Amino acid sequence: MTTLDMSTTPLREVNVTLQEAAKSQSNSAYEITNPRGSHAVAVGLDGPLSVTIKGSTGYYCAGMNKSATVRVEGSTGPGVAENMMSGEVVIEGDASQYAGATGHGGLLNIKGNASSRCGISMKGIDIVVHGNIGHMSAFMAQKGNLVVLGDAGDALGDSLYEARLFVRGSVKSLGADCIEKEMRPEHIEILKDLLAKAGADAKPEEFKRYGSARKLYNFNIDHADEY
Amino acid sequence: MCGIVGLFLKKDDLRPKLGDMLTDMLITMTDRGPDSAGIAIYGEEAEGSTKITVQSDTPEIAFAGLEAALNEALETTAAVKAVDTHAVIVLPVEKQDAAISFLEGKGLRIMGVGTSMEIYKEVGLPREVAARFGLREMGGSHGIGHTRMATESAVTTMGAHPFSTADDQCLVHNGSLSNHNQMRRKLAKKGVFTKSENDTEVGAAYISSRIADGASLGQALEGTIDDLDGFFTFVTGTKNGFGVVRDPIACKPAVMAETEDYVAFASEYRAFADLPGIEAAKVWEPEPATVYFWER
Repeated sequence: MTTLDMSTTPLREVNVTLQEAAKSQSNSAYEITNPRGSHAVAVGLDGPLSVTIKGSTGYYCAGMNKSATVRVEGSTGPGVAENMMSGEVVIEGDASQYAGATGHGGLLNIKGNASSRCGISMKGIDIVVHGNIGHMSAFMAQKGNLVVLGDAGDALGDSLYEARLFVRGSVKSLGADCIEKEMRPEHIEILKDLLAKAGADAKPEEFKRYGSARKLYNFNIDHADEY
Repeated sequence: MCGIVGLFLKKDDLRPKLGDMLTDMLITMTDRGPDSAGIAIYGEEAEGSTKITVQSDTPEIAFAGLEAALNEALETTAAVKAVDTHAVIVLPVEKQDAAISFLEGKGLRIMGVGTSMEIYKEVGLPREVAARFGLREMGGSHGIGHTRMATESAVTTMGAHPFSTADDQCLVHNGSLSNHNQMRRKLAKKGVFTKSENDTEVGAAYISSRIADGASLGQALEGTIDDLDGFFTFVTGTKNGFGVVRDPIACKPAVMAETEDYVAFASEYRAFADLPGIEAAKVWEPEPATVYFWER
């Protein structure tokens, strides 16, 4: 375990050290102390690496992650795990807006709440939120799974493509073209696997599934006058 | 982009440190707004007296002999304390209106008026602005601050935040209002006038006007959600406390922290990093279109 103290080591040096360690395929472990809400901590990791951040971070923590595991022992600012490709990002506290935006793969595991626009434009990432999520979550989500153990805010899944949304609590409102769908055995299996991976204490049967009604896929000639 | 900070003390023993804590928070938000900075601080109040904060671009001329001239013209016992480009004038409350007319007649800009509120704001880096006014040494019960990256009006002293549009009331804002010209005209028809072209001043005037009409602070802040269009995270200060409200889209960041000793607001968590007991504080993001306020 190598410790990098951000009260004495500049952010760029911390990120270069982590990025080089990830690229060398060393699969080593790093601990970051005193992040004090810094932006862009542990971004662009391209290889197996285990990073533990002891405290809260600011904007864009663990962005563009590939293969690495980043654990934040605190809360994160906007845009955590943005455009993640693979690997795992775990947040012990809350995540601010657009967590996991445009993510292509991997698992984003948020133990607290996520605020607005969680999983916006997600493209294959799996996101598990143990608490609640805010409004406009999974807006234009294309692929992947968003699992919410708590409640969802307004306009869930607006203009959704093919991502699957599982919510255990209430949904304040559904966005355009997002509907509740039947929970089939294959969905129970997917959910069971994700809940186990995220260490979530919940049963798949307690969730409802939401998805795209696929009405916005094609232009509807009857609506021509509305434009 | 702009930076906002706010601190409301629940216990009196931290009061001497208010300015010091707010200054660190303000400087941390420099990246979000390096062109101007300002602070409203609610400090000591004296029975039966009011404070007028004024500003001049030529303080050495404007403030020289001001106290004697004011006392002679108004037959009163005003005390003038000059701090860089600003001066705080303390005088009996019944002389307030006459004093404002006198000071405006001298070409001084009125920054704010109130029994406890003082406002200091200037163009420049937050660190420099704080040092010029000695913000670190100021004590008080609560205060709000702003670092500005201008969008809606010019980078001038009058375009800097906080804006005060009524006694002991002020507002700081991150975002931009899109119906401020329309709202400015509506308020003018009611006899409420603004001094600058700035959108935030209209927001402040709207809140003050609602309170003057009998609304509570909470109701006035609720009103911003329906009546103001655009992006906003507002923090408003009053004599007894402060309030927070975000527009329904809530793309402008906000984070709050609460301990037994204080309630703190900031655009980003970084501004909290040096606050005492922050590791054990309750930290959360205020919900969109939801009014929060703390009063003593």
